[in-house]
Amino acid sequence: MNSSTYWQHLNHRADIGIEGTGPDMGQAFAQAGLALMAVMCDLKLIRQKESRSINLEGRDPEILLFDFLNELIFLVSGEGFAFSSLQVSINNGRLHARIWGEPLDGPRHQPAVEVKGASFNGLQVRQDKNGQYIVSCIVDV
Amino acid sequence: MQKPARVSSYMHRLEPEGPMRVPGFIFADDELLTDMEADVFRQVANVATLPGIVHAAMAMPDAHLGYGFPIGGVGAFDPHQGGVVSAGGVGFDIACGVRTLVTGIHKDKVLAERKTLADLLYQNIPAGLGTRKGLKISSKEMDRMLAQGSRWAVGKGYGTSSDLKKTEEGGTASGADPGAVSDKARKRLDRELGTLGSGNHYLEVQAIQEIFDDSAAQAFGLNKDDVVISIHCGSRGLGHQVATEFIRLMVQEAARQNIRLPDRDLACAPIFSDTGQQYLGAMRAAINCALANRQILAHLACETFETVFPGARVSMLYDVCHNTCREEDHELHGRSIRLFVHRKGATRAFGPGHPDLPAQYRQVGQPVLIGGSMGTSSYIMTGTVEGMELSFGSACHGAGRVMSRKQAVKKYPGRQVIDHLQKMNIEVRSHSFKGLSEEAPEAYKDVSRVVEVSHKSYLARKVARLKPMICIKG
Repeated sequence: MNSSTYWQHLNHRADIGIEGTGPDMGQAFAQAGLALMAVMCDLKLIRQKESRSINLEGRDPEILLFDFLNELIFLVSGEGFAFSSLQVSINNGRLHARIWGEPLDGPRHQPAVEVKGASFNGLQVRQDKNGQYIVSCIVDV
Repeated sequence: MQKPARVSSYMHRLEPEGPMRVPGFIFADDELLTDMEADVFRQVANVATLPGIVHAAMAMPDAHLGYGFPIGGVGAFDPHQGGVVSAGGVGFDIACGVRTLVTGIHKDKVLAERKTLADLLYQNIPAGLGTRKGLKISSKEMDRMLAQGSRWAVGKGYGTSSDLKKTEEGGTASGADPGAVSDKARKRLDRELGTLGSGNHYLEVQAIQEIFDDSAAQAFGLNKDDVVISIHCGSRGLGHQVATEFIRLMVQEAARQNIRLPDRDLACAPIFSDTGQQYLGAMRAAINCALANRQILAHLACETFETVFPGARVSMLYDVCHNTCREEDHELHGRSIRLFVHRKGATRAFGPGHPDLPAQYRQVGQPVLIGGSMGTSSYIMTGTVEGMELSFGSACHGAGRVMSRKQAVKKYPGRQVIDHLQKMNIEVRSHSFKGLSEEAPEAYKDVSRVVEVSHKSYLARKVARLKPMICIKG
């Protein structure tokens, strides 16, 4: 992993902020995805046994991030799939993501709080002065 | 951003300025006001800019930062003045709420059996993320459930028809449109109906520690030292998905309708528009989902309680919703007017004499159920005549967080939370240590202060204080 590719959680009184950083938009989105899953579970407990994919289109990068995070939330909440690795590419507003993980297993994954949805609150896709992509969102828990 | 001006000891006001159509009212004493983030006032001012808002945008004493509306935010809209409905203004957990059951059993009896009761409740009440231990229902049954709410659950043998009278709108949100609920939203309820969920949701067995108002307590069937059961949960993934989809749709709809949004989370659509009507239909279906969910959980809790205490007669006190937009008649400038009242993290609190109340409560007002955090008190209040005028019959809903989940996890390890609560004679059962850390009682505001200010500002009146004995968390 590139040293400038990482995720973190941001403090928020009621909910929780997620942030992903990477050299391109796709990698930053992938990191934000890991930050999202890490709100619910310890990523180290999730094995990469199966994969899923997500394909989205959108011109507005922030709305694309909103849609992407909500698709991931659906993967966990609707499909019962926990993940710990993502590969995301974004070209001309077309997002393709491969997601590796396994079926969510309560006793083994010890999930804490469930993420209900990604909102427009704190939703940002930006580049810093070195060209690094930083993407963030406050998610409702 | 202007600072709220003091109107009285318990009320502060934001003057309408710039695009604000009405003033902002913040129900708080100086101390609670100081605790509120400045962004809460900005959010109240933003709500005041929305088309068709009447009287004022309001923040209840437990208000804290939300998305779009503050949590603890109330706003009423007149459809005939271009009034809007906002998916962000209702929130993600549609109709999340509290249901309280009266058991008539003395706390000493429960204290003696508390470990057995805690273990059985933990076993019988499905909780936690992704447990999939809820009901599996066909698509046709799902449509009926979404149309009928608690009434559907009672028809399936969960509880009795007398429960319905003690539920807002008789247990069924009318005007629900199951057809407006997407396949994805339905998928998120797969085997999740009749489950508690996670986060701040809980089932508690509580002792009535103190009575403040004898006549209201009598009407509500509350006796000091008796035990009640309270359930806090919502519409599960179905409601979350409805909110997600409509917030996104309404951002686009607002742009089409030329509604200037100071914040995209205030995404809304005119009540008299296709999107507005579709959302109302889907939101009401999600309300019914939450009502059915609490009806099922209450039945499971009731059965468990009656197994441990044979002969106990557990009955409903009331069921309130926290995140809704409701069509209600209110007095405004001397005439009755039909309004769409958004309550986000706020409780409906109808005063005495309101025609929607069951006969048994009509003289004293609606039971208002205020949830605490693990280890702190919960309260039962009642709606007031004054509150009908002040806040369209709305009051606070709980304590509100003061510490982020991230900080709480660092500060309060899950094991420590259990030990601490056990020393206070509170039995905790949880599916997640991390979840317990995040929900440590210290991460929340003191609910007693919030209740005191609600009482002194006449939003609602204190009836009883409850102390937790058993807490089941997701």
